[in-house]
Amino acid sequence: MRVNFTVNGRRQEADDVWEGESLLYVLRERLGLPGSKNACEQGECGSCTVRLDGVPVCSCLVAAGQVEGREVVTVEGLADYAKQRAAQGGCAPGACGGPSPDGARAEDGTSVRDAQDWSARGTDSQTGEGTELSPIQQAFIDAGAVQCGFCTPGLLVAADEMLERNPTPTDADIREALSGNLCRCTGYEKIMDAVRLAAARQGEVV
Amino acid sequence: MSAKPIPAASARQGGAPVGTPTKLTQGSQTRGGVGESTLRPDGTLKVTGEFAYSSDMWHEDMLWGQILRSPVAHAEIVSIDTSEALAQAGVYAVLTYDDLPTDVRNYGLEIQDTPVLAHGKVRHHGEPVAIVAADHPETARRAAARIKVEYRELPVVTDEASATAPDAVLVHENRDDHHVGHVPHPNIVHRQPIVRGDVAAARERADFVVEGEYTFGMQDQAFLGPESGLAVPAEDGGVDLYVATQWLHSDLRQIAPVLGLPEDKVRMTLSGVGGAFGGREDLSMQIHACLLALRTGKPVKIVYNRFESFFGHVHRHPAKLHYEHGATKDGRLTHMKCRIVLDGGAYASASPAVVGNAASLSVGPYVLDDVDIEALALYSNNPPCGAMRGFGAVQACFAYEAQMDKLADKVGMDRVEFRRLNAMSQGTVMPTGQPVDSPAPVAELLRRVKAMPLPPERQWESSEGADVRQLPGGLSNTTHGESVVRGVGYAVGIKNVGFSEGFDDYSTARVRMEVAGGEPVVTVHTAMAEVGQGGVTVHAQIARTELGVAQVTIQPADTRVGSAGSTSASRQTYVTGGAVKNACELVREKVLEIGRRKFGTYHPAWATAELLLEGGKVVTDGGEVLAGLVDVLDGESVEVEEEWRHRPTEPFDLRTGQGFGHVQYSFAAHRAVVEVDTELGLVKVIELACAQDVGKALNPLSVVGQIQGGTIQGLGIAVMEEIIVDPVTAKVRNPSFTDYLIPTILDTPTIPVDVLELADDHAPYGLRGIGEAPTLSSTPAVLAAIRNATGLRLDRTPVRPEHLTGTA
Repeated sequence: MRVNFTVNGRRQEADDVWEGESLLYVLRERLGLPGSKNACEQGECGSCTVRLDGVPVCSCLVAAGQVEGREVVTVEGLADYAKQRAAQGGCAPGACGGPSPDGARAEDGTSVRDAQDWSARGTDSQTGEGTELSPIQQAFIDAGAVQCGFCTPGLLVAADEMLERNPTPTDADIREALSGNLCRCTGYEKIMDAVRLAAARQGEVV
Repeated sequence: MSAKPIPAASARQGGAPVGTPTKLTQGSQTRGGVGESTLRPDGTLKVTGEFAYSSDMWHEDMLWGQILRSPVAHAEIVSIDTSEALAQAGVYAVLTYDDLPTDVRNYGLEIQDTPVLAHGKVRHHGEPVAIVAADHPETARRAAARIKVEYRELPVVTDEASATAPDAVLVHENRDDHHVGHVPHPNIVHRQPIVRGDVAAARERADFVVEGEYTFGMQDQAFLGPESGLAVPAEDGGVDLYVATQWLHSDLRQIAPVLGLPEDKVRMTLSGVGGAFGGREDLSMQIHACLLALRTGKPVKIVYNRFESFFGHVHRHPAKLHYEHGATKDGRLTHMKCRIVLDGGAYASASPAVVGNAASLSVGPYVLDDVDIEALALYSNNPPCGAMRGFGAVQACFAYEAQMDKLADKVGMDRVEFRRLNAMSQGTVMPTGQPVDSPAPVAELLRRVKAMPLPPERQWESSEGADVRQLPGGLSNTTHGESVVRGVGYAVGIKNVGFSEGFDDYSTARVRMEVAGGEPVVTVHTAMAEVGQGGVTVHAQIARTELGVAQVTIQPADTRVGSAGSTSASRQTYVTGGAVKNACELVREKVLEIGRRKFGTYHPAWATAELLLEGGKVVTDGGEVLAGLVDVLDGESVEVEEEWRHRPTEPFDLRTGQGFGHVQYSFAAHRAVVEVDTELGLVKVIELACAQDVGKALNPLSVVGQIQGGTIQGLGIAVMEEIIVDPVTAKVRNPSFTDYLIPTILDTPTIPVDVLELADDHAPYGLRGIGEAPTLSSTPAVLAAIRNATGLRLDRTPVRPEHLTGTA
């Protein structure tokens, strides 16, 4: 079958999709977006977390056909997503109702021009210098919340969504919101530090 | 299920596959030498989703490999019929034992007892029997399911009794390995006794004797990145293999003979590794992917799902431990006798080395001159067990720390003071006869961890009632504080660092300095497996400190440079860090040589002063600048590749266990605070504080991260993690994250860490390997806290609710 949907503001079309494929498989193997991870493929680890029409979901549990006509944000688009949200006064695309800027339809999310500009960056890295990151991404690096990094994309999407809803979370709030994301390296302590840091920096800006 | 994916946005036609690792460069904005909390060079790639893990590899026209595994634990294979599987549309190859290309058909870390594909017999649930390549993963899975294998089941060996009974079934007939001569039974892989002093005489001095029988469950590494990789057949008949592993050259040594290729035609590159913890020390899909790629002439990708991952790597040895300790009235330990039986499962893997560790570290960090120790590993039809963080020392620590609490109570001493009184220190002689010749601040670590402020009581109470999220049972809303009891427990442990028992434990580093873009830059190339620990960060820091540059490039790890040894045994910062430091020093000498040749006549300090490289310049130890590195190099580049070794060790005597077996020791202490709902048997760990000596923290942020992560893996085996193997069928019952639980962020407490830095003069920068020690003492500390809260004995781990409610 053919599946049409929007990923990180860009229209995508996947052909020859077998009905049994998950959204995760289509992202990783058909669209060249392997940022969403495949640690368990049974909805237990959260490493494949993406936003589907704004809602965090385990993309391994979403059948590819279910995303027809819908909007997906993955870790690859998180920096742009956060930037756009900040530009809209804290509202995620489509999250606060009403038309988007530029007169674009809400379902389009990113403007066509932005979408055309977006792409995964090259493969040689001047690491950590001059890359524009979302606040939660920067906080994960700064706090030492990244070790092997396999859980990181899912945690970033989940944590970013929580901070969107709850800009001043308590520790108990953070633990509750991230309880669906397994990490085996860090013992979670520096992930807590990172989310607290992102919240504090967000508070300073406002 | 059509084959063709849409080419990825960045897919390259032909050439290298998508996701090929590339160099990491921290440019001139980055500062940070040894001792600073420099940020990871791969951090940005990892938070943007661009970092390519082995399961992210992609190649045009690639096929997917699938392994068919045994559904039973022990059986003869009567027949295999692959015809129906081969006939499926989209299937390119189905291979069994009969298709293996050479006479080398087994592999193994130390003993080559593991079949690449089962030969006439399977010895454990999940053993690989056949492999399939197809154009879609689901096609491959369905084809594998159509391979018809007829099994004739055999009796299973599941424990010591069934392994060593007079009529025991032999797991391996006709053993010819180097341990078979000294083991009492062919179902024992290796046995290591250690005898020192006179236990009988020392026992006479004891006022109190405490015995205990302890059980340690089977733990899984549960790294999140599944076993995976991509094998690409090459025009020269060789293969390029991109894979997640802990030791490229050890893999290579095992892979090449099976393929019938010289090692230089199996070109391995480390792909992104999603955690390891020992579980990637053995091969998983490496040979299978190469076989399928060479057979089909197409790139083959294999990615295990989580179910398969539980069968696809070795686990931590479950153990039965019997201990006897004695103490005098004034609290001095008199003697110790112990017997540690580890279940190694169907294949040897790292069992012999785990036995050596369990035996030599069975005393713990205590002064004990009269000991009688025996450790052994069984062959059985249970899942194979091998390396996992802590490696034999973890099981022993769980038992001896329970013994310490029991003894302290008998003597009537405070449990921490009892430990401090008996704590080893620099100069203490190990049961192996080896003196501890660097700081061993055991008593100080215990003092520090006890001195940390305790978390306040009844934290769940607020003006709006109980916050159930902070209580045992959490949002299940099972208590608002009633029947909740607090307990506090302490433990301390000792772990060896590096490969022991005479192993030639070296690493190799290639370091180049040149001028690029008008500034001096350094490139570091090693085969070290970065599995998340932060070795890449530390290598750049070492290069900055030693060579005075800002910009450092870390080359991808591959087999084009010499072996770095394994990313295990807490050894990489010590050994590959040591190799990088050594290579940098040699580069510095060459650079200074060039400088002396060019500029020596202009300033006498070139000949007389101690010269350093700092801030891109050659300076004297007095701080005087002699020349810029750009001017010294002037277009030249300086490159060195050199092996580096720590001081040698020696094997343990097979009868007495005596020998200078270990390079270095590492110590950590924990205090656990738990709250237990005694009615339901639910445990919430409130805080898990750790004090650890790290010698020198090369990167304090990473050091603390390692300690916290290790601590929580210890919490996991204390209260939730266990692979359940059916005692009758030897089949694994819970191979999923639904049924095998690892700690979530809700199960995890705050983890305050107190880092002590007492230099080990034998090690580079005085550092101490740190990765494993925190995994030892965390488990017994949590158990001690639960015992303290409930008054129960609790001689097994993990503790489950039924053990706390009398319903087990």
